[in-house]
Amino acid sequence: MMALVLILSGCEPLLVLDPKGPQAERQASDIMLSIGIMSFIVIVVMVILAVILFKYRASKLPDDYEPPHIEGNHIVEAICVGIPVLIVAYLSFVSVQSNYIVESAPVGYEEQEPLVVYASSSDWKWHFSYPEQGIETVNYLYVPTDRPLEFKLYSYGPITSFWIPQLGGQKYAMADMVTTLHLAADEPGEMMGRNANFSGKGFAENAFNVTAMSQADFDEWVQEVHETAEPLTESEFQELLEPGHLGQMTFTGTHLEFSPAPEHNHDSETTETEADHSEHSSHDESETNEETDHSGH
Amino acid sequence: MEFFQRFAIPHPSPAIYASMVAIALVSIGIVVGLTYFKKWGYLWREWLTTVDHKKIGIMYLLSALLMLFRGGADAIMMRAQLATPEAKLLDAQHYNEIFTTHGVVMILFMAMPFIFAFMNLIVPLQIGARDVAFPRLNALSFWLFFVGAMLFNISFVIGGSPDAGWTSYFPLAGNDFSTSVGTNYYMLAIQISGIGSLMTGINFCTTILKMRAPGMTLMKMPMFTWSAFIANVIVVFAFPVLTVALIMGTADRLFGANFFTTSNGGMDMLWANFFWVWGHPEVYILILPAFGLYSEIISTFSGRNLYGYKSMVWSMVLISLLSFLVWTHHFFTMGQGALTNSIFSITTMAIAVPTGVKIFNWLFTMWKGKIRFTTPMLYSVGFIPLFTIGGVTGVMLAMSAADYQYHNTMFLVAHFHNTIIPGVVFAMLAGLTYYWPKFFGFMLNEKIGKTTFWFIAVGFVLAFFPMYITGLDGQARRMYTYSESTGFGPLNMLSFFGGALMAIAFLLIVYNIWYSFKNSPRDIGSDPWDARSLEWATHTPVPEYNFARLPQISSSQAFWDSKKNGHVLFKGEIEDIHMPNNSGVPFVMSCIFFVAGFSFVFALWVPAVIALIGVFVCMTLRSFEQDHGYHIHAKEVKETEAKYGEVLNNEDRSRATSRV
Ligand code: HEM
Ligand SMILES: [Cu+2]
Ligand SMILES: [Cu+2]
Repeated sequence: MMALVLILSGCEPLLVLDPKGPQAERQASDIMLSIGIMSFIVIVVMVILAVILFKYRASKLPDDYEPPHIEGNHIVEAICVGIPVLIVAYLSFVSVQSNYIVESAPVGYEEQEPLVVYASSSDWKWHFSYPEQGIETVNYLYVPTDRPLEFKLYSYGPITSFWIPQLGGQKYAMADMVTTLHLAADEPGEMMGRNANFSGKGFAENAFNVTAMSQADFDEWVQEVHETAEPLTESEFQELLEPGHLGQMTFTGTHLEFSPAPEHNHDSETTETEADHSEHSSHDESETNEETDHSGH
Repeated sequence: MEFFQRFAIPHPSPAIYASMVAIALVSIGIVVGLTYFKKWGYLWREWLTTVDHKKIGIMYLLSALLMLFRGGADAIMMRAQLATPEAKLLDAQHYNEIFTTHGVVMILFMAMPFIFAFMNLIVPLQIGARDVAFPRLNALSFWLFFVGAMLFNISFVIGGSPDAGWTSYFPLAGNDFSTSVGTNYYMLAIQISGIGSLMTGINFCTTILKMRAPGMTLMKMPMFTWSAFIANVIVVFAFPVLTVALIMGTADRLFGANFFTTSNGGMDMLWANFFWVWGHPEVYILILPAFGLYSEIISTFSGRNLYGYKSMVWSMVLISLLSFLVWTHHFFTMGQGALTNSIFSITTMAIAVPTGVKIFNWLFTMWKGKIRFTTPMLYSVGFIPLFTIGGVTGVMLAMSAADYQYHNTMFLVAHFHNTIIPGVVFAMLAGLTYYWPKFFGFMLNEKIGKTTFWFIAVGFVLAFFPMYITGLDGQARRMYTYSESTGFGPLNMLSFFGGALMAIAFLLIVYNIWYSFKNSPRDIGSDPWDARSLEWATHTPVPEYNFARLPQISSSQAFWDSKKNGHVLFKGEIEDIHMPNNSGVPFVMSCIFFVAGFSFVFALWVPAVIALIGVFVCMTLRSFEQDHGYHIHAKEVKETEAKYGEVLNNEDRSRATSRV
């Protein structure tokens, strides 16, 4: 455990512990906090064990030593229950707090309008639709820094999990519902993103590149895409959905127009916090969405 | 043509052809050997038709060891593939099949039979009973497990292995994405052995509640029996969920039902919920009996009574309740919202408290004891710190916001192996060494045993601790390869090295059995470890009726009291003993189940229907059968007892010890 902590703080930081955004930062600090407390527990147990093993090994004790019969002791047992209860209570408190933090708009970004990106997976690629910008990319993601990001996740096939370790932990993308992941990037740079949930043969290569850049650079990129990229047609999109690997691709327009997301949230909570988004109109509509959605495979 | 294609392996490789040849040769070898040595009759009379819980226990034990090798071979292949970046040893499909079978085999066909082995071997002896409540049902449970395991194991040579992970999440496990018959095997093999497990659960709950010796109140039961009881209560509540889920999954795959598909109203999340409502309690079904074994072993080799007996019992009861309230922690990342995650985060962490109580109880049991470092004790002592590390990383995972970063990574793989190997596998090997003399009449070699322990402990640490780090560095689980630039290479190589040490340890276990069989003395008496609980009050090897006279119990360590405090365990006259008859029906019925399962896998409806009719015929025949068992007459019992000589005339012995 100690060795682990040493390595974690070593020269090249581990991705999860090298956060580039507020959500990942919160998660990293929870992780470091729990590693600290947990190492303490492990060390205490090991020390007690070592002392007992040393003191009471048979080879050290006189031949006629008879271990006593001890039933238990209320004070000792109260301590053995009490201390773990306190630790667990404290960690529960932190955990609940963090849950609400990672499930809502990133701290420090509450005031801003988020950039909404629909991230959908198909065997074994990622499709990123930017409805506001009217563009779509495959297998790479450009995001502006200093602006909240709201990912709408779903899948054209098996359950996948959208994960950019340095921006924040993952969430599932499923075929019959949309889940929402709130992230934000604090500084420009390149990052790794991938599907973390096993989804068949091509799973290992189911990764994408993430580039964070200033809002100005981002706007410039959008501009450029509009000037250079081809529009995404329905038939072309159906082709992209075929199982296999693809390189990076860029399109104008998004597939949301002809193949909308299965927008019915099972989780009432996130829906409430996002009441300001117009996509959540009704549940009935989503039923029909679901049908068209699955004609794809 | 299509018919034959289905029997073909989806990705043939030299390793699979080699295994096919090996399987054929071994099978022929067994048939020829049995015929040559004229052992068919012996095999049928003594083993295939037996209803004796001890023999059934031994068969569970041997199957579990066999499956440990199957699962271990898979493990070492995975570690070899991951040892270097971009390795080409296995392709993606093959790797997927291997980690799927590894997971299923290890949990369901290795760990489960291992704990059932100990329950069968020990529980009736610990409660002073002559058998389990339903001996013939017990045989059926074993054979169902066995044919289920065999059905699962032939998958890779006939038609292809399952490839959707041991969790088999839909829609990936549906026909659209998992196209070979592999997942059919998964559904049916687990179903068949699962029915056996459910029956074992009912059988042992009844046995423990109804068949305890006079004077043994619940709070005087030895700790292993307590742990077995609670584990079986969990079995009774959890396995029906699995049965239903597997029926629905089978219907999806074979009959085009849409329970878990993503179209036509199916709900993939429902499978995840069902799976883990069974799956999380399942890990406690495995770990609680392991805790029971550790309690027996630690108390024996510390020469002390178990500290805090009552709190041990209550903590297990609490764990069993909580185990049903935490399943959602397996999909914190399914988008269920902060409130749900918070609740399950707290219930999950709560389990750490009763588990911590147990750790402290074991520590206090050793405190003021007289600790003997035998092989079983080494495993138990090694278990404490290693399992503590596994437990605290579990608490880390339970913090759901942080779990968004651990989920589906090698960190998780490190965590669960860190609980399951020191927790369950160490306990099994400790129990194996501890109880071996009771059932086989000779001790395993201590020197080889201790060497094995060190190989397995060091190997374990090297194999799994690096995964905590690569997990935090972004290595997802179930990736068959990774690129050089990730930097995962060196740590994975270290893991492979650790895995190799563990593989050596498993070979040493076999060597030890063989070596000790050849060389160990046979005059070891009935209590070679100076133990405390009732199973050691029987002769070695245990006669088929277990106890000539049923013991009279007045404490949770009745045998110790009889040795040290002169309590008399066995009073009164020897009487006729009633025993159940052997029966071939459980074996035959299970074989028919096998045929049914195999036919279902390939959707061969005619044999499937015929086999199902066969199952019902067996059940019908049984319900009209009159079988009252038989008696071993008092005279015969006395003769047998006399053969064991002075070793266990209990009254003599307690006099002998009080003289010392
Ligand atoms: C003997 C040493 C063992 C080694 C070296 C080993 C190694 C591995 C590896 C490399 C994986 C795959 C990780 C991944 O790619 O996701 C894995 C998965 C797994 N192992 Fe083990 N393992 C061992 C023992 C065990 C034991 C004893 C059990 C249970 C009793 C077990 C249960 C599992 C399970 C349930 C999985 C998950 C399978 C899945 O992802 O579907 N393993 N193991
Ligand atoms: Cu849904
Ligand atoms: Cu769990």
